[in-house]
Amino acid sequence: MFGLGKKDVTLFLIVAVMALFAPFILNPFPTDSGLAQFNAGYPDLMQRFVIFGILAIGFNILFGLTGYLSFGHAAFLGVGSYAAVWMFKLLSMNVLPAIVLSMVVSGLFAVVIGYVSLRRSGIYFSILTLAFAQMSYNLAYSVLTPVTNGETGLQITLDDPRVLGQSATADGGIPVTNLFGLEMRSFETLDIGPWAFQFSVGYYVAAVIMLISFYLAIRIFRSPFGMTLRAIRSNQNRLYYTGLNARPYTLAAFVISGMYAGLAGGLLACMDPLAGAERMQWTASGEVVLMTILGGAGTLIGPVLGAGFIKYFENIFSKINDQVVHGWVSFLPDGLEDFVVALIHPFVGKGWHLTLGLMFMLIVIFLPGGLVEGGQRIARRLRRRPAEEPAKSASTEPAE
Amino acid sequence: MDAIILQILNGLDKGSAYALIALGLTLIFGTLGVVNFAHGALFMIGAFCAVTLNRLLTLSHQVVDETRTDFLGNPLKVDIPYVQDLFGEAAGATIIDWSVPLAILFSIPVMIVIGVVMERGLIKHFYKRPHADQILVTFGLAIVLQEIIKQLFGANPIPTPAPEVFRGSLDFGVMLGFDPNAIIYPYWRLVYFAFAAIIIGAVFAFLQFTTFGMVVRAGMADRETVGLLGINIDRRFTIMFGLAAAVAGLAGVMYAPINSPNYHMGMDFLVLSFVVVVVGGMGSLPGAVLAGFLLGILESFASMNEIKAILPGIDQIIIYLVAIIILLTRPRGLMGRKGVMED
Repeated sequence: MFGLGKKDVTLFLIVAVMALFAPFILNPFPTDSGLAQFNAGYPDLMQRFVIFGILAIGFNILFGLTGYLSFGHAAFLGVGSYAAVWMFKLLSMNVLPAIVLSMVVSGLFAVVIGYVSLRRSGIYFSILTLAFAQMSYNLAYSVLTPVTNGETGLQITLDDPRVLGQSATADGGIPVTNLFGLEMRSFETLDIGPWAFQFSVGYYVAAVIMLISFYLAIRIFRSPFGMTLRAIRSNQNRLYYTGLNARPYTLAAFVISGMYAGLAGGLLACMDPLAGAERMQWTASGEVVLMTILGGAGTLIGPVLGAGFIKYFENIFSKINDQVVHGWVSFLPDGLEDFVVALIHPFVGKGWHLTLGLMFMLIVIFLPGGLVEGGQRIARRLRRRPAEEPAKSASTEPAE
Repeated sequence: MDAIILQILNGLDKGSAYALIALGLTLIFGTLGVVNFAHGALFMIGAFCAVTLNRLLTLSHQVVDETRTDFLGNPLKVDIPYVQDLFGEAAGATIIDWSVPLAILFSIPVMIVIGVVMERGLIKHFYKRPHADQILVTFGLAIVLQEIIKQLFGANPIPTPAPEVFRGSLDFGVMLGFDPNAIIYPYWRLVYFAFAAIIIGAVFAFLQFTTFGMVVRAGMADRETVGLLGINIDRRFTIMFGLAAAVAGLAGVMYAPINSPNYHMGMDFLVLSFVVVVVGGMGSLPGAVLAGFLLGILESFASMNEIKAILPGIDQIIIYLVAIIILLTRPRGLMGRKGVMED
């Protein structure tokens, strides 16, 4: 079906169902219960799940397949955001042209950066991409202020031309981003018993785009092109000896993954028409790497899982403060309660970065394959068949 | 002319910091073959060693001073540091004043212990893993160290003053025959440069003129053969890791008066130091030092107003631009050796 294998269709359908029913799945706790703070089913967070999912899927096409570790992917995210906001300023508030332009601009950007950076591999490639990203970041803050609006960030204003739309709404407000009239920020609330489910237009637009991106990524993974990229990862020299020039393939992979990042940046701007240089900072690039590794580089579903995981913890963990922890452990005697709270305190609230760093280290140390490998290990443990053991250990070794 | 000399001097202190961090990074890479993204965090921990020592020395107890009164008319309570009780008032005040140079002594054992624990506890398990894994795990470690420091010391920069005698500025221009006030240079930056030069010289002398250094150099060239000769090269490399951590820490200690330490200063320096290492040539110690000073001085030249008028924004990107040009024209960096990280 759709040119996919049977397994891929199942995977795609699972992801599609998860994405479409996310407002239910991510909202398992009733609104007024104590656990409601663990709900992730509100539009803002769900949008970030799928948008960063797109970013990680794109990054995985480069890193997971070719093994080139780019430390400058945030540059494309930032460029995409700027392009989209300029489209809102100049053309109209429709998101479609904005998304298209953000992909085109970031694609062109990726051609230039990729053409230069891909002359080197390994750590040199990482440093070159990092250098380009930092350059873009610094320039966006200083000289390019007329384009990027410097530290304030690029915003839409009332006196923008918007030649195909209107500069201001009838009542004098700034128009909102829409898809042929469907406003991105509007949402419906469905109340079932104690639960309140929110269905946001922005989320569904982003989710559909994510599904298209995911489908394309599956096709790339299964295509001869994807096979060549894997060959580059395992041994580039042999590829040269067979008479294939690897660089056009890596460049293509780089540009594709840059366009994915630009698309994600454009979508971020569609949900909230604002673009700032901090999206290009190298910590943002590090975050993408983190998501991909956490989920499982080189696997199809891994990056999406990783993106969801990190964004969920970023939101939920940083909301937990001392009062909340006190509430959880109030059944303990007083002294012990304070002790436990003091113990948990550094890891939640403002300290969630510490948790993230620790989690990241543990995953790299014990689970180099990410969450996907963890899942596979658990699955294997559950249906342990002694006969299968030797065959498995032989197949997972890298071919070096 | 005086402007040029001033810019060279301005570049020296940043260049010294780059050179010291890059030296440590290269030592680790050259010996253990590990790309250490946590090196910036070691620099930052060094700076916080200075802060810690300063705080330890100023630990004080309150004493009621009957001769003076506060604004309410009550006897004034005065904080007296314990150091002053121990060494007398004048000597105690001097010790507190000199807390940053004293922190050098304090930080060396601390940094060596941190380095050795890091190597034995974590990095050891990553020798056979791909470089990407090494980058990632040390990146994670850098985040963790940074967050721990943030929890302990807060997110704001902590001013850590240099000793009183070094607080002024030197009118360097007068010495060279220029007008007074043409070239003004703070004493502490001169001290920093001299300090960096001594440390770099010491590291090179250590590697060049001691038996230990000779074995380490042999191990860098061919680890396996040295191991086959019956030398425990792993232990020596562990010590080198501790030493590299100490170099980064010392760079941080002495940098504390120039820039008030904050928890993310390590990350700010790390990115640039990596660029420095790559420009100098992966695995080349002289290359790292040369590139460090070169890029530091270039950066300060690019921030001259005359140059910014011609090429706006050049001061923000000069280092990266130079790095890109050098990597494309000299793929091994300025002084890189053949066969290092060529894959």
